[in-house]
Parts: sequence; structure tokens; C-alpha cells
Amino acid sequence: MPADSITKTAMLPESIREKIRAFIPRYPSKRAVTLPALHIVHEHFRCVPFRAMGEIAEILEITPAEVHDTMSFYGFFPQAPIGDVRVWVCRSISCMLTGGEEMLEHACHQLGIEPGQTTRDGKLTVEFAECLGICDHSPAALADDGRIFGPLTTEKVDQMLDTLKDGPKPEFVD
Amino acid sequence: MAAFEPVLSRNWNVPDSRTLKVYESRGGYQAARKALTTMDPDQVVNLVKDSELRGRGGAGFPCGLKWSFLPKDRKETLMCINGDESEPATFNNRLLIEEDPHQFIEGILISCFATRASTAYVYLRFEYINGHRIMEKAIAEARAAGHLGKNIYGSGFDLDIWMHRGAAAYICGEETGLIESLEGKRGWPRIKPPFPAIEGAFRKPTVVNNVETLCCVPHIIERGADWFKSIGTPKSYGPKLYCVSGHVNKQTCVELPLGVTCRELIDVHGGGVWKGRKAKAAVPGGISMGLLSADELDTPLDFESLRKPGCLGLGTAAVTVIDDHTSIVDYLYNCARFFAHESCGQCTPCREGTNWLYKMVKRIKGGNGRIEDLDIMLHMANNLGIIPGTTICGLADGAAWPVKNGITKFRAEFEEYIRAHQNGPDPVTPLQERIAQGVTAVSSSSPLLPVLNGAGGPARLG
Repeated sequence: MPADSITKTAMLPESIREKIRAFIPRYPSKRAVTLPALHIVHEHFRCVPFRAMGEIAEILEITPAEVHDTMSFYGFFPQAPIGDVRVWVCRSISCMLTGGEEMLEHACHQLGIEPGQTTRDGKLTVEFAECLGICDHSPAALADDGRIFGPLTTEKVDQMLDTLKDGPKPEFVD
Repeated sequence: MAAFEPVLSRNWNVPDSRTLKVYESRGGYQAARKALTTMDPDQVVNLVKDSELRGRGGAGFPCGLKWSFLPKDRKETLMCINGDESEPATFNNRLLIEEDPHQFIEGILISCFATRASTAYVYLRFEYINGHRIMEKAIAEARAAGHLGKNIYGSGFDLDIWMHRGAAAYICGEETGLIESLEGKRGWPRIKPPFPAIEGAFRKPTVVNNVETLCCVPHIIERGADWFKSIGTPKSYGPKLYCVSGHVNKQTCVELPLGVTCRELIDVHGGGVWKGRKAKAAVPGGISMGLLSADELDTPLDFESLRKPGCLGLGTAAVTVIDDHTSIVDYLYNCARFFAHESCGQCTPCREGTNWLYKMVKRIKGGNGRIEDLDIMLHMANNLGIIPGTTICGLADGAAWPVKNGITKFRAEFEEYIRAHQNGPDPVTPLQERIAQGVTAVSSSSPLLPVLNGAGGPARLG
């Protein structure tokens, strides 16, 4: 396909395509780049749109169905944009025992949303999660910029939501 | 016994423990240098075999033996490091990665040299976001200093390490599920044989090891197999990172000799049960291992001893304490919900069974349980998993164990709960009423229908 027709119709910008192609030499098969590509696209659009799946497939020389099959297996890649910050509140054993379910309920109540939904202003998506591996902070929550919150109380959930509304802020930057 | 000296966590409280400079100043990469320049790969394999290092990921398979299954005439070997760590209450690998990434890289380097793998993939769960950043930086640092790349230490050995991020699926911690996921497919475990050592990732001989297992390797090279075997209990040698969380005063991860008792872990290292209460039960090593009752807390947490109280094994050695104010129904509800959520859907007994178990315990919790439900659940649990031979991987065994241990050890409490919580039949819904009256249900532009791409649908309510 000539380059100009790609730029006219393509959804993925060249910078994103370049990022995806950079992963190809790491693996013996192009298909192995599916997950990295989904993560790259997801980070860019805050979702993986239907058309992007087709374009990933084109770059990796596999079928769109294969990309979709992988994408939909992981409950991780939404097809519509999520909020600027995605926060997971843990509901697995150690967090449940120390009040995680109540923290999730409180967070959603404060924002007027259900778990899995995004606030109307598009700032925050709140989801439940199975064990996040941060049980030393139980009951805990994790933002998708890497910030860990916990042990949570209802007051600390309120503070957490206020902080997160300011947008993503990586905890560890070097 | 001599005082125990932590090795895996020895750098955790040192300032800037993540940096190469600090790691090298504390003797880092000396073991790798020793292995690569003075030993041949088989000597390393034999040393690890002699140490009887058993895999720290859950199954406890001897690490050196796993390495020796690789075909002798292989052209290429791949190393996959399992950093998917998703077993509830487990976070030791996260700390190993975040606090001392170079110890981990040194372990990978030596293990790849031993198995002649020139490419290593670290499969890290997505949620370890800081861990991922720390590892990318540490790998770049190690490469710049010549610990990775071509002709390391002039030994002629080359190694590249690549980070590969998961996407929040518990099943990808199963070694063949991990391989499938690495290949870009859904994380469906493979039927074995062939085992990964013969035909693994990209159909090449592959070793899959846990993060903590590989972190033990530099210390075995440095101090020898006898040192390693001087720690722990028979058949369970070496140091182990124990996690303790839930109803304790101090949720923490602590390095101890294998075989510490659950009680010591709770009372000494976890600061005792919170709020001055007593422990009702404890999960010994991640929820898939089952449950210890209060009078079984003196069980040593090692690979062998946990079978006696009927647990599945040591698992990840992550203890969760449940206090005597907690209903055992809540515990089982949480476990059953987890496995129903995380079953990959490949094997029917697991896909259906985990959901049936969840629905039954949900009904009990909701107040419509029947005493015979307990027996039905036990019957299902006994027929679910690798052990009865009905599934490809062990996820279903993990789902069965909390049911088996929970109902067997706390039957009286379940029965009492069921008797005390009887709400009567569910209220009849309007739809059921219409159907009973023979009225055809009319559905017009139902808001419950799925909406493509979320456009205009209920996905972005605010």
C-alpha cells in the first residue's frame, strides 16, 4: 500500500507504528508483539478502538480476528476511552478482610458511578480488581500511573480521589 | 542452629538499592562473574541440582532438575521468567523486583548461562507498573556496564533480557499459559507433554522459572550448595520470602528459613492478630492452597508439611490471617468468586465448575442456602482439577481446595449459617409474572442491549 494512502486512512499515527515495529526484533514471531502493541495503542488512545485492531494486525501480518481474540481474552483493553486515570480497588482476600469492598463501594458512591464506569468529566475510571499484589497496603488501590494507595479508610479514599482528579503522575520517575 | 542471615532481602533497606553502583559495591555481579569465567554451564546446573533448590512459584519443582530436562543437542534455548505473581496475598516478587532489580538480573544471567539461553523474557504482570519502570532502567544500566549484551565478561556468552507485560490475567502465571500469552495468544494452558523444556515458547526448548527462584541462584554460586542446604527443613532448603497480610497488626514480607510455622509468622513477624483478637483460620500460601484452622497453625510452612492438614502445598508462602470475627462464608465466597472470575474458560469442568461453586456459595451467603449444597460443593470440588484428571492446568485444583478445606474444617459453622439465614424463596420478578400470565414480553430499544464501542451506551455514565 502506498504510504500516502496509509496516512489518509490510518488511525494509528506513524509514531505509534514505529513504537510497535521496534518490538518485532525481540521475538521469533511477529504475533508475539500483539500484547505490546495493544498496550502501546491503549496508552495512546486510552482504549483499543476496533479499527486499531485491524491496523495492528496489518503491522504484525496476522488477521484482525487474531488480534481481537487476544485482546478480548484479557479483561484489560476497553474499546471506548477510559478516564485520564484508571484506578483499581482490590477485592481479593486480604483486602476484602480489611475492608476493600467497602472502599470500592465508597469510592463509587462518592463519584456517582458503578465499578467499571468513568466519571462524566472523563477524569476517573474506577474498577474492581482481583489481587493487585500490594497486600502489604491492604485494603489497597492502584492507579494506572503506578501510584499505590493504602491502607485505605473512607477518608483516605476521599483524599485519593481528590489527588487522582489532578491527573496522572508517575510515582517513580528517574 | 546458627542465626539466620537474610540474603534475598539483604539490600532492601540500603539507600539506592536499585542502582547498579550500590549493588556492585555490596558484592553484586561477583557470582555471575565467577560462573561465567570459571565454571562451565553444566557445572552450574549440577551445583543448583546439589543445592536442591525448589521452585518458589508454587509447585516446588526442583529447579536444577527442570534445567536438566533440556535436550542435550538443542540449538537454542529460551528463558521465561514468571513475574505474573497473581496469587491472592502474594507480593514477594514485587519487592524483589522493586527493591533489588540487579540481584534479579544477576540471577537471570547465571541461569541463562547454565541453560545456554541467550534470550530471556521477563513476563511481568501489568499491575507492577513501578516494577516495570525499575526493571527497564536496571536492564539498561546492566547492559551499559557489560553485564548483559555480547561476550559478557569475555566468556563468549551473549544475553538479551526483554520485559514483556501481561494484561491482568491470573492464568498467565501458569507456565504454559504464560508461554501462549508471550506468543501473543490468549493465555490458555497447553496439554503436557510436551513439556516446555522440550517444546516451549515459539516451539523452542524453554525454561520457565519464578523470580524468587532465580534470585536464589547467585547466592548458591557464591556460598555453595552446602550453605543452602544448611537452611530450612529436610526437602525444603534455603531462605524463603514469606508474606503475611489480612487480620494482622503488621502486613509485611519477611525472609526466613523454609519451615517457619504459621503461628510464628503471625505472632512474631506479623505482630499478632489485629485488634487483640484470635485467629480463626489462616490461608497458608495463597488461596489455592486451602485453609488451616486455628488448631493447625503450628504447621511448618514448607513443601512437605502442609499436606498433613490437608492443604494443597506451600504455594507462594503468602499467609492471610482470618480473625474470629469473620464469617467463614465470606472467606469461601471471596475465594469462589476469584476463581470464577479467573478461570480461562478452556476446560469445561473449570469454566462451569468454578461458576457453579461461586453461585452456590453466593446463594448460601445471600440466605437461601441448603444443607445439601455443602455436599454438592464437596462433590464438585473432588472432581475438579488435574488431580482427578478433569482439567489441563491446576487452576481448578486451586478453586477446589478452599471448598474442600473450608467445608470440611468448618462444616458446623456453614450449617449454622445456613439455618440462621433463610430468606425464603426469591421474590417473583415482573418478567416471571408476565410469563406466568402468558403475556408475551415486548422489548423495544432495550437499554440493556450491548452498544458497539460504547457510543451513546451506558458505559460512560457520570
